[in-house]
Amino acid sequence: MDKHYEDTTSRLSADHAFSLLQLKSGETATVHSLRGGTGFRSRLAALGFTPGTGVKMMQNLGYGPIIVTVRDTRIALGRGEAYKVWVQ
Amino acid sequence: MGAIGQRAMAEQESKSIRVALAGQPNVGKSTVFNLLTGLSQHVGNWPGKTVEQKAGTCEFDSLRFDLVDLPGTYSLSANSPEELIAREYIIKEKPDVVVAIVNAATLERSLYLVAELLPLGVPLVIGLNMIDVAEQQGLTIETHVLEAALGVPIVPMVATKGQGIHELLARVQDLACDGAAYQPNAPDIRADHKEVLQRIESLIDGHVPDGYPNTWVALKILEGDDQITQMMRPRLPEAASREVDGILRQHEDACVAVASGRYSWIARMVRAAVVKPKAGPITRTDRLDRWATHPIWGLMILVGILAVTFALTYTLGSPLQEWMDRYIVGGLATVASRALADAPPWLLSLVVDGAIAGVGTVLTFFPILLIFFAVLGILEDVGYMARAAYVMDRFMHLMGLHGKSFLPLFLGFGCNVPAVMGARVIESQRARLLTILVAPLVPCTARMGVIAFLAPIFFRQPTLISWGLLTLNLGVLVLSGLLLHKIILKGESVAFIMELPLYHVPNWHTITIGVWQRLLSFLEKAGTIILVVSVVTWALSRFPGGTLETSWIAALGRGLEPLGNLMGLDWRLVVALLSSFIAKENAIATLGVLFGGSGAGTSITSALRAAVAPPAALAFLVMQMLFIPCVATVSAIRQETNSWHWPTFAVLFLLLVSLAGGIATFRLATLLAL
Repeated sequence: MDKHYEDTTSRLSADHAFSLLQLKSGETATVHSLRGGTGFRSRLAALGFTPGTGVKMMQNLGYGPIIVTVRDTRIALGRGEAYKVWVQ
Repeated sequence: MGAIGQRAMAEQESKSIRVALAGQPNVGKSTVFNLLTGLSQHVGNWPGKTVEQKAGTCEFDSLRFDLVDLPGTYSLSANSPEELIAREYIIKEKPDVVVAIVNAATLERSLYLVAELLPLGVPLVIGLNMIDVAEQQGLTIETHVLEAALGVPIVPMVATKGQGIHELLARVQDLACDGAAYQPNAPDIRADHKEVLQRIESLIDGHVPDGYPNTWVALKILEGDDQITQMMRPRLPEAASREVDGILRQHEDACVAVASGRYSWIARMVRAAVVKPKAGPITRTDRLDRWATHPIWGLMILVGILAVTFALTYTLGSPLQEWMDRYIVGGLATVASRALADAPPWLLSLVVDGAIAGVGTVLTFFPILLIFFAVLGILEDVGYMARAAYVMDRFMHLMGLHGKSFLPLFLGFGCNVPAVMGARVIESQRARLLTILVAPLVPCTARMGVIAFLAPIFFRQPTLISWGLLTLNLGVLVLSGLLLHKIILKGESVAFIMELPLYHVPNWHTITIGVWQRLLSFLEKAGTIILVVSVVTWALSRFPGGTLETSWIAALGRGLEPLGNLMGLDWRLVVALLSSFIAKENAIATLGVLFGGSGAGTSITSALRAAVAPPAALAFLVMQMLFIPCVATVSAIRQETNSWHWPTFAVLFLLLVSLAGGIATFRLATLLAL
């Protein structure tokens, strides 16, 4: 969680990437890529969801919005939004 | 301060230092601003925008500081009006110093805004706030190391305790008077994009409007920033424009890459300065969130808080309301009657029944709004409101809205005006409009007051009837939201992205100032309109003939009687409904006048019971709940949507809904032989 990688995008392979929605409460992963329009991606990137950053799923009930911790901040994301964050 | 600084200071003795306060949401920026400006601040709108602007002044070391509070934003992209306002203010108004408030507990993320501010080339001072929270979490931050790395003055602060505030002003003063020593470290872009950025920079060189830093514009173009791209397109020669477009097509991921670059730069800056604990301790926020965001307990807590708020409103607010009505409004009326004893009766009536009654309407809102604003202020300040939005998100989705709409709608239970104004917290235009349009369907205290007064007169089980009406009202709200979402305001559901801030102990100073400002802005926005319309209605209900029975408004009521008959209402009930357009509780006063009683409760009661059968009474109550928004709400909708189109739509829509509700209720109740 506390590690931040400098520039690891190129080293990550897309093969094992999956949607953030698939993480269960308590699991951790690193951000692989963001999908969606420029506005949406730049918003999430500004909040700290940049490739290589660690995320921890705080609450994923299987319905309703999820809560993740990224860069020491708790963020609630709607399921549609969370789906567009790919992690590994 | 050096000798040069002293001289510069002396030269601009009469001048003040212009400071803009920047920061992300939840970093304690408003606490700092309130601490600095106190009651000197004035709240308005940014020119042409429905975004709140706060400005104020403070004195320190015999110098005047003019402060502007920029909207709280995570970055300076073109994604929201707030971000555009913040960056345009810095570029165009060129404040002497920008103070960036940063949260020490989420240091890297809140430095992101600093990484966006630095390329704008404006002198910067960082207020490193909440160091106490960071320490509780086991973080150690070497301020001097961070300051050396960034090349920007940094002041450690605990704004809630007033710590660091004087040092902050001292550093601002130093920088404003002597900027020679200020050499900030500029954030750099990721290596793989450096070349492209330089290419764009050289292409736009010489074409950038005055005041815009070249590198910053190039960076924004690379990020795919709409506003800057549109600004530059007509200024660039054809060939350069085409090349820029080509570069952008090849680097579609640049918006994320640029953000990553900023974060890696931040990581390098803080590496030497911050010592983090290996495993974070279980914090207060972790423990509280186990309850507050729990699918069942979270909902229970929210319902509990709402119940307490309503209980407070009725046990404290309503008696206070009556007290104000009796002593302040009554007192004013007595004084006016005495002063105008020799004046013509119509003048006395204008002052007492028109103007003072209008003032009374405005005043009696105060206790209720005070309670609602205070509850809201406390919940916002401790960090709970974001959890309420999270818990409510599921339900708000029914209407194509998300959790953030819950907050303004909750305010609507107090009064619909702050609900409409509160919809500003929602980023998406569409969701904001939808929230504004359904807000008048939240039963406000004034409407609940009418129900509380009339239900016992007509029915033997008033509590049951009141609950039924409330449920019906909320049901209609959800249905209307659904309808508007599916038919009129079509579009995909809006993105729900919301920070859940750390919980902290409430800061009473911040809460008090917030409540005061909200009350003041209600008074400014709704107060004058209610007053004017009260006087106009007074005229309509007195002329010609001098009594309500012979007035224009009665004529209108009689004209509409055939329509009223559809739901069993005679002209007097129609007039009562019409008068509730000024303020919902006016319905009671009008009924009082029309049904013979001059304020003596018993006579209205018996007259109403004799004249109105239960099915018509129920239809009247239903219509009263669903009727068109009061004039203050309509004017708030007009202000917030910046058009006449939407307030007109809201009035027509609710007119239709209430007519349908009234007719259906009357028919159904007659059928069931109530």
